Amino acid sequence: MHDTTLLVLVVVTALAFDFTNGFHDTGNAMATSIATGALRPRVAVAISGALNLVGAFLSLSVAATIASGLVDTKLVTLTVVFSGLMGGILWNLLTWFLGIPSSSSHALIGGVIGSTMAAAGGDAVKWKGVFSKVIIPAAMSPIIAGVIAAIGTYLVYLISRNLVQRTRDQGFRIGQIGSASMVSLAHGTNDAQKTMGIITLALIANGTVSAHAKAPFWVILSCAIAISAGTYIGGWRVIRTLGKGLVEIEAPQGMAAESASAATILLSSHFGYSLSTTHVATGSILGTGIGKKGAQVRWSVAGRMATAWLFTLPMAALVGAGAYAAAHGIGGSGGVIVMFVVLVILGALFYLRSRRTAVHPGNVNEEWSGSVAPSRSQEPVAAGTRGAA
Amino acid sequence: MNDWINLHALWEIAVVGLICGAGLPALFAVGLRLLNPRPVPATVGGQNDGAAEPSASVSAGAGGIAAASLCFAVVLAAVAWGIYLIVNGS
Repeated sequence: MHDTTLLVLVVVTALAFDFTNGFHDTGNAMATSIATGALRPRVAVAISGALNLVGAFLSLSVAATIASGLVDTKLVTLTVVFSGLMGGILWNLLTWFLGIPSSSSHALIGGVIGSTMAAAGGDAVKWKGVFSKVIIPAAMSPIIAGVIAAIGTYLVYLISRNLVQRTRDQGFRIGQIGSASMVSLAHGTNDAQKTMGIITLALIANGTVSAHAKAPFWVILSCAIAISAGTYIGGWRVIRTLGKGLVEIEAPQGMAAESASAATILLSSHFGYSLSTTHVATGSILGTGIGKKGAQVRWSVAGRMATAWLFTLPMAALVGAGAYAAAHGIGGSGGVIVMFVVLVILGALFYLRSRRTAVHPGNVNEEWSGSVAPSRSQEPVAAGTRGAA
Repeated sequence: MNDWINLHALWEIAVVGLICGAGLPALFAVGLRLLNPRPVPATVGGQNDGAAEPSASVSAGAGGIAAASLCFAVVLAAVAWGIYLIVNGS
C-alpha cells in the first residue's frame, strides 16, 4: 500500500504534533526562569528553542522504540498513525487552552493506542509494555522529582540563609539559567525523538523504508525544526500556570526545581525510561514549594493538573479511536483527507478562541488570580506582541 | 512484581538523582556562600560585572575564592557529564 498523498498527510500531521509538543512543553524548562525574572520571556523561549534544536540532533538511539514497545507494529497502518496523532494533537490543544501542563508523550501514546485498538482490537496493544513503560514511570517520576526538588530547596535555603538577598538571587538566577538549559536540551533529545519514531513508523507502514530502518535524515531535521519552532512560539498559557499558578517561585527554588528535573530526566532516559518531561517538571516545581518554609502551594491547581493527567491517556485514546472509526468509515485516502480537514478546522477554532483570553510575554507574569488568563484589564498593549500561543 | 517495576533502576535513579538534583544546587549555594558577601564573581557565568553594592564588610580570602571555584567547577563537571550521557545515547 504505497500511497503518497496519505503518507504526506501523516508526516505533516506528525510535524504538527511535534510543534504542539514544543509549545506545550516550553514551560517545563523555562517557566521558573521567566517567573523569577532570570530571563526575559522572549529570551527564555529563544534559548529553549535553540537548545531543543541541538538536543534533537544529539542522540538518536531510541527513535523507534516508543511505538514498537507499546503496540504491535505489524498491525499499524497509515490511517492508524494519523488517527493516533489526531488524538494527541487535539488533547494537547485542549490542555494548552486550559493552561494545564499535561504530558505530550501521554497524549501521543494514548492516541496511538486508541487508534490501534479501533483498528485491530485490544490484543494489538502490548498492555504490559504500556504499564511498565508508561503508567508506572508516570506515577513514580513526579514523586521522585518532587522529593529531590524539596530536599534541594531545603538545603539551598539552609546554606544560603546568611546571604544578602540581592547577591543570593543574582547567583541563583545564573544557576537557574544553566539548569533550565539542561532541561531544554534533555527535552529536545527525548521528545523530538518520539515524533521521529512515529514518522519512521509511518514510513515502515507504507513500505517506504525497511522494518528496522533508522530515521532518515530529513525526518530528524524536520522534527528538530518543528519542536524547536513550537518551543520558540512559547506556550504562554502553560508557562503561566507552571511559573505563577502552582507555587510562587524565587530564584533559589527555580534552580532547585530545574536541577531536580534535569537529573531525573537524564538518569531515567539513561535507564531506558522515556519519561514525561511535563510530569517531572511539575513534580519538581511542586516539591520546591514544599521544601521552602512558608511557601504557598496552590493544591487546587495541582489537583486540576493531576486530574488532567489521569484523563490524558484515555481521552487521547478515545479521540484517536473516534478519528480512526470516522476515517475508516469514509474509507481510503479520502477518509484521512476529510479527517485532516476536520483537524485543521478544530485547531483553528482553538486558536481563535484562545485569542479572546490571550496570554503573551507581556502578561505571563501577572499576579495569579485563579485563572489562566489574567483579568481583562491587562489586554495586549503592544501591537508587536504576537504570542497567544 | 519486578517484571513490572525495575526496582534496581528506580533505586539508582532516586539516589543518583538526589546527589545530582539536590546536591548540585546545594554545592552551588555553598560556593555562593564562600564568596559571601562579595558580589557574584564573573567566574560563575560572566554575566555580572561586579557592580553590586560595596556594602561588603568582609571579602572572601584567597582560600574562600579557591574553595568556591572548586564548588562551581564540580557543578560544571556534573553538567558536562550530563551532556555526555545525552550524547552517548541515553
